Amino acid sequence: MSHVKKTLATAAVMLTVAYGGVALLAEDSKPTGPDAVTRRLSQQQYRQVITDVFGPTIKVGGRFEPDIRRDGLLAMGSSQVSVTASGLEEYDKIARNVASQVVSEANRDTLIPCKPANAKQADDACASQFLAETGRMLYRRPLSKEELASRVKVANDAAVGLKDFYSGLGISLSTMLVSPKFLFRGEVAEADPDHAGQYRMDAYSKASQLSFFLWDSAPDPQLLAAAEKGELNTDAGLKKQVDRMVASPRIEGGVRAFFTDMLGFDEFETLAKDSMIFPKFNTSVAKDAQEQTLRTITNLLITEKGDYRDIFTTRKTALTPMLASVYGVPLVAPDGGWKPYEFPETDPRAGIISQVAFVALHSHPGRSSPTLRGKAVREVLLCQKVPTPPANVNFTLVQDTKNPQYKTARARLAAHATDATCAGCHKIMDPIGLGLEEFDSGGSLRSSENGVEIDNSGVLDGVKFTDAAGLAKAVHDNPAAPACVVSRAMAYGLGRLPAKTETGWQTAMQDGFKQANYRFPDLMRAIATSPEFYRVAPPTMGALDNPASKLAQKTGNTQEIQQ
Amino acid sequence: MIPMNRFSRRRMLRGMFGGAAVTVGLPFLDCFLNTNGTALADGQALPTNFGTWFWGLGLNPGRWEPAKPGKIEALNVELQPLAAYKDKMNVFSGMKAFLDGKPNGVHFSGVQGMLTGTVPRGMTADKPSVDTLIADVIGTRTRFRSIEVCCAGNPSHSQSRRSGAVVNPGEVSPAALYTRIFGPEFTDPNAATFTPDPAVIVRKSALSAVTEDRADFMKTLGAADKARLDEYFTSLRGLEQQLALQLEKPAPLAACTVPGKVDETPIGTEIEMVKANHKLFAGLLAHALACGQTNVVNVAFSDATSSLRRAGGTQTHHEYSHEEPVDAQLGYQPTLAWFFNEIMGSLAFFLAQLDGIKEGDKTLLDRTIVMTATDLGYAKLHGLENMPMLTFGSGNGKLKTGLHIAAQGEPTSRVGLTLQQVLGVPVSNWGTDSMQTSKTITEIVA
Repeated sequence: MSHVKKTLATAAVMLTVAYGGVALLAEDSKPTGPDAVTRRLSQQQYRQVITDVFGPTIKVGGRFEPDIRRDGLLAMGSSQVSVTASGLEEYDKIARNVASQVVSEANRDTLIPCKPANAKQADDACASQFLAETGRMLYRRPLSKEELASRVKVANDAAVGLKDFYSGLGISLSTMLVSPKFLFRGEVAEADPDHAGQYRMDAYSKASQLSFFLWDSAPDPQLLAAAEKGELNTDAGLKKQVDRMVASPRIEGGVRAFFTDMLGFDEFETLAKDSMIFPKFNTSVAKDAQEQTLRTITNLLITEKGDYRDIFTTRKTALTPMLASVYGVPLVAPDGGWKPYEFPETDPRAGIISQVAFVALHSHPGRSSPTLRGKAVREVLLCQKVPTPPANVNFTLVQDTKNPQYKTARARLAAHATDATCAGCHKIMDPIGLGLEEFDSGGSLRSSENGVEIDNSGVLDGVKFTDAAGLAKAVHDNPAAPACVVSRAMAYGLGRLPAKTETGWQTAMQDGFKQANYRFPDLMRAIATSPEFYRVAPPTMGALDNPASKLAQKTGNTQEIQQ
Repeated sequence: MIPMNRFSRRRMLRGMFGGAAVTVGLPFLDCFLNTNGTALADGQALPTNFGTWFWGLGLNPGRWEPAKPGKIEALNVELQPLAAYKDKMNVFSGMKAFLDGKPNGVHFSGVQGMLTGTVPRGMTADKPSVDTLIADVIGTRTRFRSIEVCCAGNPSHSQSRRSGAVVNPGEVSPAALYTRIFGPEFTDPNAATFTPDPAVIVRKSALSAVTEDRADFMKTLGAADKARLDEYFTSLRGLEQQLALQLEKPAPLAACTVPGKVDETPIGTEIEMVKANHKLFAGLLAHALACGQTNVVNVAFSDATSSLRRAGGTQTHHEYSHEEPVDAQLGYQPTLAWFFNEIMGSLAFFLAQLDGIKEGDKTLLDRTIVMTATDLGYAKLHGLENMPMLTFGSGNGKLKTGLHIAAQGEPTSRVGLTLQQVLGVPVSNWGTDSMQTSKTITEIVA
């Protein structure tokens, strides 16, 4: 498209917005696109941004507002949550704590790029410099003149009130950290000069979209600079940044964040195991168990550049002595730390499904649950929805747990499944979970329950197996497994489900994943370089008056037009 | 001497402070309270409070309903732990959640119907709960609009929601709750001196910059996100108000005493742990109400799919509801009944904390209304019929008590509607579909 055409397209859109917005457009030329998504930073993202901006010496302490899971992901819930009164109280406490560390005598010389003329007084120049630089990182875009002036005024007023420049600066910084402009990331729309009538995210929103997806954090200075120069609006510029980010060691943070979300590891925070029944299972084991699964995944997907499906079958993992004791395997690690470990072919453990994190998370506090485990395989790993159980069910058939006939979970469930109301759903869960019965609720190996030998046979979508390794192979070979991770990764990056109009894009991502031999970083790269990843509905009325959008116009469209 | 009626607390502070940070001794108690401590000196009654107390899995039908409608002569067996409150409570039987053909979100639909007046179509709620509607009327002049606690260790067990996805998370640690209410930011209403903290003045003023972020931030958002972010700004106003209140000398409250410091306790789902933490929470909440820190408290004793368990037991309360056989002799599930007895015992403990704080010849419970909530009628069938509902306290005489209201399959939302009305929420019709009701339970309105 020529520069002239671009200018015209942009001008047309500006006029449309100025004269009553999209409603005035003819139906057939109505710009389309998915609604903009506004997401609350997750606890991990908040922590990572603080570390990125101020370094690891600044500690983030406090209770965060709980995230909610929607459509299988917390990332989806993040676009539906707000901040409650008690949540804001906590954000305020955390913000003041972070800010006071930043301006403390110990840290001010390294973290504040200037010195006030008099530390007992306000200093406009130094406050401006610090707040502009820090604000750009926290808001993920430059501050408008008005925004900066407002925060400098806060710093100056507080410095006067408290007779201390640094305390004043800390107060101002804390107000940035509780601002919705930091806690929420929105998507600012602008006209897409390359696709008439379509909208895309502005360059800074693109930078955030990219950075939170690939690194689970805010854009770094290089990415912000690329946004500022308009480079993210060109295919080559975008590709350059994506390649840089995927090649960076920080991709591991992004991959970890994605799988932590997909596998539901947040539930470990409230996981209870009965300490009398599972004396070896404690919070340290729970923490190590999650870490083990994440190490298994990142080692396979990033270090070895392996096939995603192999996470279900790989015997390569890493263990700590404490975990090794739960697994009942020998491990020499005098320092008590992580050591690579490979389960021998004779061991029933293969892949992440038989690891402690999975079997313990999907169990009851005091006993295993083939139903919960089967449900997790379906919902978490294959993205298939299991219906909720019906109400008003009569459980008389399985009531008598003392009956010698029902000593094992298999026997009890078989009895339960004779009830036609229940059988339909249990049939799609239990035969999967029964393959993991040799692992108890604490994740340890067992061969019998109530004195009866455990039968690990089961079936997944017609594929029969006799043990956990067989189940692992069945999941590995199930086409729903790679399809699931593609759709989850897309929803995770978008903060919404792909729209109906994006079916073609979904298919392309699925096919591309297969062609790339199921290499996960390639999938992330493909999603991140898709124009659809940045498509967004037209802005609402008045959006173009806001500073973020004004900056977008200045650094997005206009910049390109000037090139 | 200046007559007291011309000498308001606020006027006195304004005059003496002139905005500066000074320490000043104030004559009060006898000035600001009436002689028996039951009202503020200007004759206004002490504020009315509201609370919810939630547990999972209902109760066993036939074992909790009083024998006859009308005045409660005796409590049925599963409510026996509450016997001391027979005359200060109401029991509502025969109430249900109507699904109207929507799928039953087991452990979810029932409690949403009861607390939000709406049974959602899926497992996502979309309406505010009754406590937040009431808090918006009676809780606007306190440091905390409401305080939530979750006794079984998970902040998401809270049933208090401002909208579908905005759930007020519960404190899970009594020690953390102690610090939040009675830590350094607590102003004792009965303290002899009052010193506004200059740092608080600065913070309050600084927060106005965040309020100023509103206009340009909201402009970038679509309608749904605007509504969502409105919640953020409501919370921000709450925070500003907290700070404003810290700069004022609070009205003295004769019954307010500061509880002893609470240390860290183990947190989990094992029932003795839950009961122990609930006891600490109950004490703190009663003191918070007595000290005017909030007018609304919400307790989640367990989650809806009750994960309470006995130490060393392989099954949770919820699993028992599915799997324990009905004892042929007794006619009910005995272990389930054991859990219910423990839960009702804890509810009684909570009420005892409120009733134990004397305000003249009345108690804190007398100026409070506590409404219970649960997710099911008969847990064994996971049914939504005959869901147990109880209220305690008269809310400064606004409710009649000691009554058993025996409904015949009417929506549970009638209780929520009635309580909103007696507590001043301007609502004549509440709920959605068959849960919608305009029928006040007039029998209990004083």
